[in-house]
Amino acid sequence: MRLVTIHINDKELTVPDHYTILEAAKEANVNIPTLCHMDLGDLKAVNQVASCRVCMVEVAGRRNLAPSCATKITDGMVIRTNTPRAVKARRTSVELLLSDHPFECLICEKNQKCDLQKLAADLGVRGQLKYQGSMSTYEKDVSSKSIYRNLDKCILCRRCETMCNEVQTCGILSAVGRGFETVISPAFSLPMSETMCTFCGQCVAVCPTAALTEISCIREVWDVINDPEKFVVVQTAPAVRVALGEEFGMEPGTIVTGKMTSALRMMGFDRVFDTDFGADLTIIEEASEFVHRLQHGGRLPILTSCCPAWVKFFEHQFQDLLDIPSTCKSPHEMFGAVAKTYYAKKYNIDPAKMVVVSVMPCLAKKYESARPELTGEGVSNVDYVVTTRELGMMIRESGINFVDLEDSQFDNPLGESTGASVIFGATGGVIEAALRTAYEWLTGETLEQVEFHALRGLDGIREATVKVGDLEVKIGVAHGLGNARKLLEAIRSGEANYHAIEIMACPGGCVGGGGQPYHHGDSEIIKKRTEAIYREDAGKQKRKSHENEQVMTLYKEFLGEFYGDKAHELLHTHYTAREKI
Amino acid sequence: MSTYRMHLLVCGGTGCQASESKQLVENLQAQVLMAGMGNEVQVVTTGCFGFCEKGPIVKVLPDNIFYVEVKPDDAEEIVNEHVMKGRPVSRLLFTEPSRNEKISEHKEMPFYKKQVRIALRNCGFIDPENIDEYISVDGYQALGKVLTEMTPEALIVLMKKSGLRGRGGGGFPTGLKWEAASKNQADVKYIVCNADEGDPGAFMDRSILEGDPHTVLEAMAIAGYATGARYGYIYIRAEYPLAVHRLEVAIEQAMEMGLLGENIFGTDFSFDIVIKYGAGAFVCGEETALIHSIEGERGEPTNKPPFPAESGLWGKPTSVNNVETFANVPPIILNGAEWFASIGSEKSKGTKVFALAGKVNNVGLVEVPMGIALREIIFDIGGGIKDGKKYKAVQTGGPSGGCIPEAGLDTPIDYENLTRIGSMMGSGGMIVMDEDDCMVNVAKFYLEFTCDESCGKCTPCRVGNRRLYETLTRITEGKGTMEDLETMKELGPIIKDTALCGLGQTSPNPVLSTMKYFWDEYVAHVVDKKCPAGVCTALLSYYILPDKCIGCTACKRVCPVSCISGEVKKIHEIDQSRCIKCGACHTACKFSAIVKK
Repeated sequence: MRLVTIHINDKELTVPDHYTILEAAKEANVNIPTLCHMDLGDLKAVNQVASCRVCMVEVAGRRNLAPSCATKITDGMVIRTNTPRAVKARRTSVELLLSDHPFECLICEKNQKCDLQKLAADLGVRGQLKYQGSMSTYEKDVSSKSIYRNLDKCILCRRCETMCNEVQTCGILSAVGRGFETVISPAFSLPMSETMCTFCGQCVAVCPTAALTEISCIREVWDVINDPEKFVVVQTAPAVRVALGEEFGMEPGTIVTGKMTSALRMMGFDRVFDTDFGADLTIIEEASEFVHRLQHGGRLPILTSCCPAWVKFFEHQFQDLLDIPSTCKSPHEMFGAVAKTYYAKKYNIDPAKMVVVSVMPCLAKKYESARPELTGEGVSNVDYVVTTRELGMMIRESGINFVDLEDSQFDNPLGESTGASVIFGATGGVIEAALRTAYEWLTGETLEQVEFHALRGLDGIREATVKVGDLEVKIGVAHGLGNARKLLEAIRSGEANYHAIEIMACPGGCVGGGGQPYHHGDSEIIKKRTEAIYREDAGKQKRKSHENEQVMTLYKEFLGEFYGDKAHELLHTHYTAREKI
Repeated sequence: MSTYRMHLLVCGGTGCQASESKQLVENLQAQVLMAGMGNEVQVVTTGCFGFCEKGPIVKVLPDNIFYVEVKPDDAEEIVNEHVMKGRPVSRLLFTEPSRNEKISEHKEMPFYKKQVRIALRNCGFIDPENIDEYISVDGYQALGKVLTEMTPEALIVLMKKSGLRGRGGGGFPTGLKWEAASKNQADVKYIVCNADEGDPGAFMDRSILEGDPHTVLEAMAIAGYATGARYGYIYIRAEYPLAVHRLEVAIEQAMEMGLLGENIFGTDFSFDIVIKYGAGAFVCGEETALIHSIEGERGEPTNKPPFPAESGLWGKPTSVNNVETFANVPPIILNGAEWFASIGSEKSKGTKVFALAGKVNNVGLVEVPMGIALREIIFDIGGGIKDGKKYKAVQTGGPSGGCIPEAGLDTPIDYENLTRIGSMMGSGGMIVMDEDDCMVNVAKFYLEFTCDESCGKCTPCRVGNRRLYETLTRITEGKGTMEDLETMKELGPIIKDTALCGLGQTSPNPVLSTMKYFWDEYVAHVVDKKCPAGVCTALLSYYILPDKCIGCTACKRVCPVSCISGEVKKIHEIDQSRCIKCGACHTACKFSAIVKK
């Protein structure tokens, strides 16, 4: 790394020569507004297309203004970020974008969370727009259960394209057409439901406007809550409790489990349960399956199957490997199955009147809950999935002062959980949780050091060899579907040789899910949520899934043996090869 | 060629082929055979002569007789009279309109007199599908020379000294481009020939590829040697089938003779060329977009730097040069840098090919020394304005060039001067306009083109140009305001300053230059709601002059909406409220009784 000296607004500074003007400006504490630019740091997602032309600056000796996000510095460069010329150009780019953007901020899904809205406000765009003319309008895509596409609001920042193509390697969204008619679309203008889209929602997570949002089911959930005939059970995923606070201006990484349960009760849910219960259950089944495969010469590696985007990804892309993922349903689906059978029976509730609502950090869970095979006796295991963001909205709608709420506990029996289930929310967590249990089962010894630090972190692909008794268990972890693809291709070609692999579709795992509060490009937020996940785990007395007493009771009273027939019927699923288009 | 006593060179360019020059060649060949002179007279299909206005062209050597507008049926007379009896066919000679006299030699024709042909030197002279003919005019000698006598460094020094600049529009010094690519170390490098000629009306690259494909191949190999590139790509529009065909033939022939491929001229240097088809997107002429298109990506530009010389095709150092630029390379090597630098102006050396079109008498391809005045091109070479009308403007540089008024006609043409007066060199389109052209409408036309061809990536080009176009449309419809003019004046320069690629950075030029030079015309549209040139239909009305109308009813009969009333031999009248301004009555009236105002 070479250091070079540059001048930004008359301030001299020395920075590494690979910096862009924007990075150098940050170092000099000079703020340059950006819009299309995105750099998720350790998550390795960079959008540097320089398409919006907002971050334009003056560079001495250059004929034209330079986009600071995509222009590398050179030694002796003299940069001015706030000249009238640069400021006017910046403002004009925003005004031009606004001239082709619907004026419905007040009722927009992204009201007060929109980067364009904020930028316009920051640049002082007020009153009448200077430029006016025709507006692009497209059919709204509501074909899927997960992603709502309203391209009228698209500003062609191409962040979604970068996530979909470069990070997730799904190749669903890309620019189509040209000039003013350019639009981000799947091939052949197919609706999302007919594509290979995994509904990971990373496009939604990074969309600066409301061009891509979730298909909301807030109204439906209020309707069932308000229906006296219905017994409405809510469960919350591990990653929700470390992010929900952001919806109320709390510091990222604040753990709000107790406030969340209080709020859910105040909103009128009949029971407030924890998906972590389902996660502990998942570990029992998945660890059993792993041990079974290991001891009976079954196919290895075993792949985790908690992530529905990942499941859909391999169904499309790796049809020849459909026998290696674990057959375990995802935790919230296991929970739904148990709630509508065991719990309903035990507490004498008519399953037909029971509604299970999942609060998830995820958009693919919406799609997953509608998969036909994930239903029991004609009733969905899970009836509605709302995202962390939607829950935030519902709490605000309820007039609850979230920040000042008293803590409360989950209801029992489906509210008990261990630290192992909490870490499902971060990349590497599921496999670490599985290992805590599998280790004890395989060795018969008590695992003293439960934290496997080699499995943690944000490297795209991680591997570790863990000594379990005499066996050296080789474990792989990938997050982000692009990394997953690499790992799967290595398995397909025989290059890679693992016993068990965890894959999460979203960079960072569920804490970085497509249904989480918008991070606006700040990957530090995702890191803080991850830290909170591990803090929550560390604070738990029980940190191994098989220590969950209520889960054990469930087996004793209802399911019978681990990985047994009843468990198979309720807690396991199968996969379908899907078209490649 | 030496075994024949006479050659009949027939233009086989796309334009002349469209006027049956293929049939003409067949007829000439048949006539020659019938006359029993198959061993004495050779009929050669050549590339474009440039004088497309008067095609098909036949040139007879060694007599140097130049026939124009030759039909297939004229073959018999040419052979019987000229070839057999030595009597040139006078009726097929070019008539100089100003003096109304027949001219037999092309050198005497004003169209050719002021031209200096370097890039087009072989077009219209050799058979492009025969490598021997190219070799007979010193073809591949330059390649031989650089490979056996020069180091890449010396070659780059020579190119820098020649002063050759990119002919695709940018005007970047070719030697510097090669030097940059040569300095960047990589396991593989590429040469790309930009043959994605997209300016409406421009066809110099096509003509070179059709008329002299080997010169481009030779120059690409030379560039490969200079930069250390092993492979070359020619990115050419799929709409140029003849050029593609001739390139394919040329590559095959050059491969066969060892002039491309492994160990050229027995040296260590190897070079292969692949043809890539473009789908016709204008923006793919921009080098980064072109590179993405070759890679199979969306043809969309990316921010520069990094320049292709650093990170180009597949991320490797790449030099992208235009067809015409390449065509200049072999002569520079054979004749020396000093020779080339002695032609042209101080900062722009050599010649430039222009596609002269529009309201000018001699439409065609002309190659002139840099520094020549626009007036000379339009009035001397081009033969002035059609139908004796008054010159109004010339639009240079393609759709994002500017319009130059009468006052700019004496500007010596070079890169800097054209930019200074609000236009640009571009790839060499030159469209002449007369008093009947509305400059607001012209600006609108070009903006419509750039809006259509914008890739849609950056905001200023995608939305900004659209807003300019919409404003211009409003003005031509009589709905513009003075505020609109001010808005355009403000927005145009910002688009130029902020757009991502050359397309957007130049697209406001037609608006800005016409506003600068023809401000009154804009004001007339906005304030008086009139189109002085009578082009913008919303702003004009057709009237019948009572003193000229004889009541012949011709106008009434052609009016598609029956809005003309009047009886036979009585003065007719147009109902303005129903008139759709189609102009049919104006055309039908034989007594100039209908005027548009």
